[in-house]
Amino acid sequence: MCINTSLENVSRLKEMSIRMRKMALDMALSAGAKGAHIGGGFSCMEIMAVLYGEVLRVDPKDPVRPERDRLLISKNHCTIAHFPALVEKGYIKESDLSSYTVNGSRLIGYPYDPEIGLEYSGGSLGMAISVGVGQAISAKKKGMDYKVYVLMGDGELNEGSIWEAFMSARQFRLGNLVVIIDRNHLCYDGTTEDVMQLGDLCAKMSSFGFNTINCNGHDIADLLRAFDMTADDVPNVIICDTVKGKGLSFAENRPEWHQKAITQEQYDTALADLMGGKVL
Amino acid sequence: MTITKGQIRSWSRLGQRATFFANAMPEIAKQNDNLMVLTADLAQLSNLDRFSNNFPDKFLNVGIAEQNMIGIAAGLAMEGYLVYATTYASFIAVRDLEHVRQHLSNLHLNVKLIGTAAGVVAARSGVAHWASEDITFMRALPGMTVMSAADSVEAYAMAQYSAKYVGPMYIRLNGVPNCPMVYDENYVFEPEKISILQRGSDVALIGTGLMVHEALETAKILSECGISCTVANMHTIKPIDKETLKELFDNHKLIVTMEEHNIIGGMGSAVAEYKATLNNTPRQIFIGFPDSFTKAGTTQYIWEQFGITAPQVAETVKKNMGGESYDR
Repeated sequence: MCINTSLENVSRLKEMSIRMRKMALDMALSAGAKGAHIGGGFSCMEIMAVLYGEVLRVDPKDPVRPERDRLLISKNHCTIAHFPALVEKGYIKESDLSSYTVNGSRLIGYPYDPEIGLEYSGGSLGMAISVGVGQAISAKKKGMDYKVYVLMGDGELNEGSIWEAFMSARQFRLGNLVVIIDRNHLCYDGTTEDVMQLGDLCAKMSSFGFNTINCNGHDIADLLRAFDMTADDVPNVIICDTVKGKGLSFAENRPEWHQKAITQEQYDTALADLMGGKVL
Repeated sequence: MTITKGQIRSWSRLGQRATFFANAMPEIAKQNDNLMVLTADLAQLSNLDRFSNNFPDKFLNVGIAEQNMIGIAAGLAMEGYLVYATTYASFIAVRDLEHVRQHLSNLHLNVKLIGTAAGVVAARSGVAHWASEDITFMRALPGMTVMSAADSVEAYAMAQYSAKYVGPMYIRLNGVPNCPMVYDENYVFEPEKISILQRGSDVALIGTGLMVHEALETAKILSECGISCTVANMHTIKPIDKETLKELFDNHKLIVTMEEHNIIGGMGSAVAEYKATLNNTPRQIFIGFPDSFTKAGTTQYIWEQFGITAPQVAETVKKNMGGESYDR
């Protein structure tokens, strides 16, 4: 895969990620007492930045071009990371973001809206990967070279049909499929290992026939390296080691911050940490 | 295309499933470059083995993974394919329900779900292989068209129609080899329109699937007792044909719905939901599975346990012609 791993690119994407983190904090604050999905959003911020800033071959001016790469967000409880990435790419405006909690708005819930880059309506966990397999099969049948990226959480790997899909991805030799796992080690009720252990996830994925790549999911350079290592003859998985609630010192690694309201004081703390270079 | 008497005989022998997949599907494949047919390790049972040999590029076996099959079908449909996904009716409508809801209904994708062995065709296999709630579940999904074939001729016609219709559709195929035929080569299938097989003045027997043939038999028995029956085939359960139903309500003393399915939420419920919105309509008797399972056995044995054979339905109708309240 053709990935720009230069220092300049790393620094550009890092700045992009910092802007996205700022937007996400604004979204969380604007949600008010209703709260926002903080934990899983902030764990995948750099993954989103690298996807939209470097990896995905998509064009907001021609959003449904057949040759575009597909990105299915399976762990859909991360719109506070996804939507800022759509702003950065030019699908939506920053001023649109606060509408994500407004009744009937285009961004509320987990909408399917390909015109603004929303390729899938997720929310019920574990289902997107099968759709991604279907889209990857289609690309092979039609001789098209787009890739299908599926962003998943680690908690949702408890769902059984995911493993049906993994088996089929190898069976049909879907080298155009890249699964990205946001391995933040937490699900709703606690750690993934306490609630339902995933064990040696790397070995599991390798045994399913995937080209398995590990990386630090908050390290831009390491993420770029990981995407650069994807194969094109077998399905790929990038297991991104991350921290749930990353960058919010009061929320990091705390399951109760899966969804929670943020106070003005907490917002100020997180923003100061971000701008003071303590996060990335 | 013109259907011959010879084909009718052959389709009767083959049954609905083989007529659909071995006869209609190759024709659909020739007319639709974008066709994909998916099975979950039931290619042979579904009579798709010849299809898979003749059209390998249009066929995909996903293994015993019905949920994954629905997601793959959705992904293919999002990329412009006309997709058929098939397995046992119960697996596709019950096990796969959330995948169908989230992908096919929510995104209104062009996928046809073909549920085979609906009702209790897999008689001796027991409850696991019967489908007795599939109409209920599929009917409740926004945008889902629900159809149920009375015989092989109708299964063939539904296959042809389904390829032209754009959107999610569930087709319930019940019927075994040597299935009793309701229609002949002159049948004109009108989608979304109740088919009237005979007209009478006292009772309207509205059947779906194999119960259409049973309704015809019921009407014969009742006619010997001086009760005149209309026999109707509600092959399209959703969207519902209100116009014809209204006409049936207006011109009969009793409505009898007959389905090889639980009486909760099925075709009878669909009829009753509409009937409840109208004034001065006749009472309705729900013939179907009385919200219970039963021990396995032959189809005839199971039907008798549920009281849905023609002689039993005729008795129920006679008892209820008096006008007293009816406990379903």
